Amino acid sequence: MAKKNRRVLWIYWGVLSVAMVAYFATGLFYKEAATNPLLAPARAAFLPGQTTHGHYQIELACESCHSKSFAGQEAIQEACVKCHESDLKEAKDSHPASKFDDPRNADRLEKIDARMCVTCHVEHKPGLALAMGVTQPQDVCYNCHSGPEEMPQDHKNFKFDGCTAAGCHNYHDNRALYEDFLLKHAQDAKLNDKPQLPQREFAAAVREMSTYPAAKYPFKALSATEQDAPAGKRGSASLQADWLGTAHAKAGVNCSGCHASDGKDGTMNWTDRPTDPTACKGCHAAEDKGFLAGKHGMRLAQDLTPMTPGDARLPMKADAAHKELGCTSCHSAHRFDTKTAAVESCMSCHNDKHTLAYKESPHYALWQKEIAGQAPPGSGVTCASCHMPRMRMSTEDGARIVVQHNQNDTLRPNQKMIRATCMSCHGLGFSIDALADKKLIDNNFKGMPAQHVPSIDMAVAKDAATRSKRNKP
Amino acid sequence: MKRSAHLKASSLAIGAVLAAAACSAQASGISPKEMADALHAVMAADRTVYTRLIVNRLQNEEKVIKASEHWKDDKALVLPAQMFRFGAEEVAKSKPNFSYTLLSLWPLNKQNSAKTPVEKEGLDFVAKNPGKNFYKEETLGKKTYFTAVYADTAIAPACVTCHNDHKDSPRTDFKIGDVMGGVVLRIPISK
Repeated sequence: MAKKNRRVLWIYWGVLSVAMVAYFATGLFYKEAATNPLLAPARAAFLPGQTTHGHYQIELACESCHSKSFAGQEAIQEACVKCHESDLKEAKDSHPASKFDDPRNADRLEKIDARMCVTCHVEHKPGLALAMGVTQPQDVCYNCHSGPEEMPQDHKNFKFDGCTAAGCHNYHDNRALYEDFLLKHAQDAKLNDKPQLPQREFAAAVREMSTYPAAKYPFKALSATEQDAPAGKRGSASLQADWLGTAHAKAGVNCSGCHASDGKDGTMNWTDRPTDPTACKGCHAAEDKGFLAGKHGMRLAQDLTPMTPGDARLPMKADAAHKELGCTSCHSAHRFDTKTAAVESCMSCHNDKHTLAYKESPHYALWQKEIAGQAPPGSGVTCASCHMPRMRMSTEDGARIVVQHNQNDTLRPNQKMIRATCMSCHGLGFSIDALADKKLIDNNFKGMPAQHVPSIDMAVAKDAATRSKRNKP
Repeated sequence: MKRSAHLKASSLAIGAVLAAAACSAQASGISPKEMADALHAVMAADRTVYTRLIVNRLQNEEKVIKASEHWKDDKALVLPAQMFRFGAEEVAKSKPNFSYTLLSLWPLNKQNSAKTPVEKEGLDFVAKNPGKNFYKEETLGKKTYFTAVYADTAIAPACVTCHNDHKDSPRTDFKIGDVMGGVVLRIPISK
């Protein structure tokens, strides 16, 4: 009897073991496990450590970085480049891998293999990652640039982290500030004469787009009777009113523009709920690209389920936890109200100090004036003005002003925001000081900067010293 | 937009020509010196064309547009030295079997000063021996290179005035025809 019981136990143990192995093996090798709520824990069990703020959303899509099992460093490098190549190109990367292939940098390469992203951007090591998601020592710049040929006299007493502290230098992206730029703007006032943000120009741009289907959607305002949705699909009166109030209806973009595709026999294939951003990117490719590159859309870019505020590491409103992020989650379907998208949509999810303080800020007061028609367009400052700014970008249809939907583009380091947004209204010195003041950021810029970053003063002093030396006989 | 696409296409085309030259050099048994001289002939010709036909003509003669170090912010022409550097960076992306750079004993940008002993020796030689090139082998990062240094001479008034007037310039007495620096070209050789 005891023998029989033992055999049954052995069978239970065997079956359980096989089931466990099968469960975890499926989690590891089945690609769809990342999006399956039952299998995701099995996959998560293999994570060697927490990932950084840049990658945690897609950490279960192991294949995104580790293209195949036991792929070497080159494969990981390829994965980094696949997602970040265009960002680095746009940022005019100051330290591209090709720089370190140059034989004259062989001595530097012996100290640190700067050709590989993972040399600094080590993942799954939460204890080592710094605010920028990198794990490099703070004296990384000094390793190569501390010699007498490299280090200017007035920089000699800087601390190890001094290179980046004032927002003057960044390893990859040095578009924001440089010495002559500091000099050029040394006399800027706190506020410009005409404080105004760039204006959208999409309506004008579409007329020049070679790819815009003007034959299908002529630039002509449509009326409710001209709706081309099939019978029974025209929606409620309020939905129709929403659409009629949009730039879509005013530019001749009918229901079929988003809801339909051409069938094989020339008939219309109708979709009740088109998937965004797929439905939008036909006309808004540049916006789609930014959205998929940013925190809101990066999961979709990896074929995962949409991001939800509940998955965020930043403080979010509890009642927004299950909202799925796509184009219509901020712009809403049919109404596509950019004013709502620029403020209320952000505030419906984000719950941090900076966001909560916005409505008490002078920026919000300016926005209220603008939407009330008491101030000119572009004089108000919304959440989007700084975090999803209108920028002149190179697109497939030429250079034009596009809303940068990658909200991370100007966020880290925050000095990247100076030229893209702050300087539309403020002087350079004021902007540098304001962005260096953590308390001022927390209260959403209600007040004046409490500290002063000396970078402009240094540039002015150096320039004066050089000129005086040159003028001496 | 069109202009930048055209420039990119041109630099890619130059890169392709230079890379093709490098490949065929190995196949036909051309010596590293011959290959370096040929590559430099193409580079020097392109530099001269850009400096004379684009920068000097549009900036100094026809006064249509200026050239500026901060060409993007200033909506200006790229300086000839920058054009050369961007070309070298574009070529490097295709990982050809050679590399080149423009260096000087009196650089505006300190990163363009001579770094290796051979670079220092070569730049000094071409400055003191007008019309002569400098050739030497050097080992960097456990690899041996045939390194050639060619004098970079001031060919237009713009070269002289820009370098003499620039606040970061360590030398302010350049004249047309002076050696201002040198093109350092490296080809790996097996030892």
